[in-house]
Amino acid sequence: MKIDETDLFSDYTATGYYCELMGTPSDPAAHNKPLLDRLRRMSGDELVRRSRIAERELFNLGITFTVYSDRDAIDRILPFDVVPRVISAADWEILESGSVQRVAALNLFLKDIYNDQKILKDGVIPRDLVVGNKNFREQMMGVKVPHDTYVHVCGIDVVRDDEGNFLVLEDNARCPSGVSYVVENRHMMQRTFPDLMSDIGIRSVGNYGQMLREACADVAPAGIDDPTVVLLSPGTFNSAYFEHIFLAREMGVPLVEGRDLVVEDDRVYMKTISGLRPVHTIYRRIDDDFIDPEVFRPDSMLGVPGLMRAYRAGNLGLANAIGTGVADDKAVYAYLPRIIRYYLDQEPILSNVETHICREPEGLKYTLDHMAELVVKPVGESGGYGVMIGPKATEAELAETREKLLENPSNFISQPMIKLSVCPTLIEGVLEPRHVDLRPFAVTGKKTWVLPGGLTRVAIRRGSLVVNSSQGGGSKDTWVLES
Amino acid sequence: MSVLLSRYAECVFWMARYVERAENVARILDVHETFTRDRTGAVNWSSVVSICSDDERFYQTHPQASAKAVVDFYLLDPENPTSIFSSVRAARDNARTLRPLISTEMWTHINVFYNTLRAMTPADVSMSGLSQTCAVIKESCQTHYGITEGTFYRDASWYFYLMGKYLERADQTSRILDIKYNILTPAEPAAIDASQWNALLRSVAGYHAFRRTHPRGLTPAAVAEFMLFDSSFPRSISMCFRQVDDLLHRLRSRFALRNGVAALERLDEVRAALDQHTIDDVLREGLHEFSDWIQRQAIDVTGDIQKDFFI
Repeated sequence: MKIDETDLFSDYTATGYYCELMGTPSDPAAHNKPLLDRLRRMSGDELVRRSRIAERELFNLGITFTVYSDRDAIDRILPFDVVPRVISAADWEILESGSVQRVAALNLFLKDIYNDQKILKDGVIPRDLVVGNKNFREQMMGVKVPHDTYVHVCGIDVVRDDEGNFLVLEDNARCPSGVSYVVENRHMMQRTFPDLMSDIGIRSVGNYGQMLREACADVAPAGIDDPTVVLLSPGTFNSAYFEHIFLAREMGVPLVEGRDLVVEDDRVYMKTISGLRPVHTIYRRIDDDFIDPEVFRPDSMLGVPGLMRAYRAGNLGLANAIGTGVADDKAVYAYLPRIIRYYLDQEPILSNVETHICREPEGLKYTLDHMAELVVKPVGESGGYGVMIGPKATEAELAETREKLLENPSNFISQPMIKLSVCPTLIEGVLEPRHVDLRPFAVTGKKTWVLPGGLTRVAIRRGSLVVNSSQGGGSKDTWVLES
Repeated sequence: MSVLLSRYAECVFWMARYVERAENVARILDVHETFTRDRTGAVNWSSVVSICSDDERFYQTHPQASAKAVVDFYLLDPENPTSIFSSVRAARDNARTLRPLISTEMWTHINVFYNTLRAMTPADVSMSGLSQTCAVIKESCQTHYGITEGTFYRDASWYFYLMGKYLERADQTSRILDIKYNILTPAEPAAIDASQWNALLRSVAGYHAFRRTHPRGLTPAAVAEFMLFDSSFPRSISMCFRQVDDLLHRLRSRFALRNGVAALERLDEVRAALDQHTIDDVLREGLHEFSDWIQRQAIDVTGDIQKDFFI
């Protein structure tokens, strides 16, 4: 019998990138030794076997997002990679304090632009970039929100470069999704890899729902002792419906749709079998545009007519507030380091990726001159759509983007291509490096709490940098070490 | 006071109904294949179409009620709203909406059940394997009830779940009795084919129970009486309406609800009618008319519940 002395990592190399499990050759990630030792004792077949069990289970549990074709609604699972991504206690401290700082700045910024607009008067950020933004909501001018909290749930997309530095890619301050996978991935790992996890000392992710419920109670109208909180979903046809269910259950609140709610005398009620019952805070997973047909899109069937009346009258807490989209806009993002300094008088703990703002002549010139090296992004899109990756683009794609840029420069920003960190990922029975990002979730009522870890998305295709679930990305369990 | 959303109450009511319906259709198909061969060994499948009141829709797409055509129509046809597949799909759609309310085990089970049926093609279901397939379906439905009984939180939604289930059952039992009775009752008493009556009882899982109460002999009237009036048989029409009535009373008193009066009044009437009629009265006045009346009552009670709780 031939004795196989190779292990899962024999052929694994991540040269040129920071590896989330191994670190770099000059600076190996010592905190991961226990996990790596255990992984080395496993065979590829064993990993594949358990990985199949996990995927089967995700499908049976219906932990899925829904893809619609002409005829059919098909439930797909987000591909789950069994090799966890680990964050050391020291790295977590940076991510956590950096997230708290960013959320504080975002909330101060929103309060300012919807009230006194000092930052615009002081010329720190161009006025038309803010008030001319399609996500700026006139209707929020002068509206007081409890604790001055606008962004109750923030998902901050963070990447790591080849030197191991964390960089913020974007802030998601509207209705960021993905947190359900964080918790479900952990459950899945606990069921399929108890041997990998025991005695490692991993921070729990189990209380997200309770923390969010508390934040929602914090922002209920004054004088309500035991506020009724509900989660407002667009309904079963929404691709993130699973997450809405998950959160409603974890929060212990009813999951409602627009048709379950009515507004009478500027107060919101839900329709129950015993008649109308008051609602005090809504955690909404519907975009501003659809939330109240009286104020926003009149054709919306998903929203609640009159909701804005109740909100403006102070009879309703809304998480997130209306109009937060202006703060996570890709163009405003470029100014965030300046926004942090302006309100907090602090240096940003988490840096931005260097960003060239194409509405500014220097930015546009630099972008046009260096297009083949840059990533060019439209400012209004999400989900990785419309992004051009210069080093991977064909001549035709470059020319096309150049044309679009010249046509409407304000619609674009550009960034250098980051050598995104990698993590060992199970690909056809062997471990290969694949690029990952991280979305920590910050929850804010009276104060901010950050869920330890966050969603690690992984680009399954070799060489791909796009981790979005809508574009074939998968996810990993994310461990934050206790020490 | 209860904070159960009206929409959830409606979904839970219908989820229960659809699972009950799937189970009943599986019973009808199974029993039909196994027990209703006539002296030449042929099975007349057209009565299945009649039980489900699908004559019009079925014959639009099928020239005749061949065994394979009927089985495919009721088992897996996604276009037929009364097929088992459609019922399970509808139950699962409701369960999907109800996931914040129902247990993870309930959801997982019904999701797997649906995915199993979805993966099945007519080619997978041979006539010789029909009984096996029906057994799997019945068992899946019963597993659903078992999981529900063991894991579903007993708030107001539980009452809606049970009311849906019993109303559907009353409807199904009356349909089976109505159609079969007319087909199986010959002018000459001597020509009664006991095996056909056994089959009828088996299709409501009542053969052994009937034997316990009627150790000797079997008459069409006794079978009809058993299915209509027996106070202990879980699928008898009397039993089903009594359950719905009790459940609605308990729901109202436990949650201090003032709505539901119209349904209660109607249930009173139905129960009084069931108590006051003997089987002889029913047969004299016409079993078909009586069954029809019962089905209309089930529809109207559903409408009353709908108006009072779901809107």
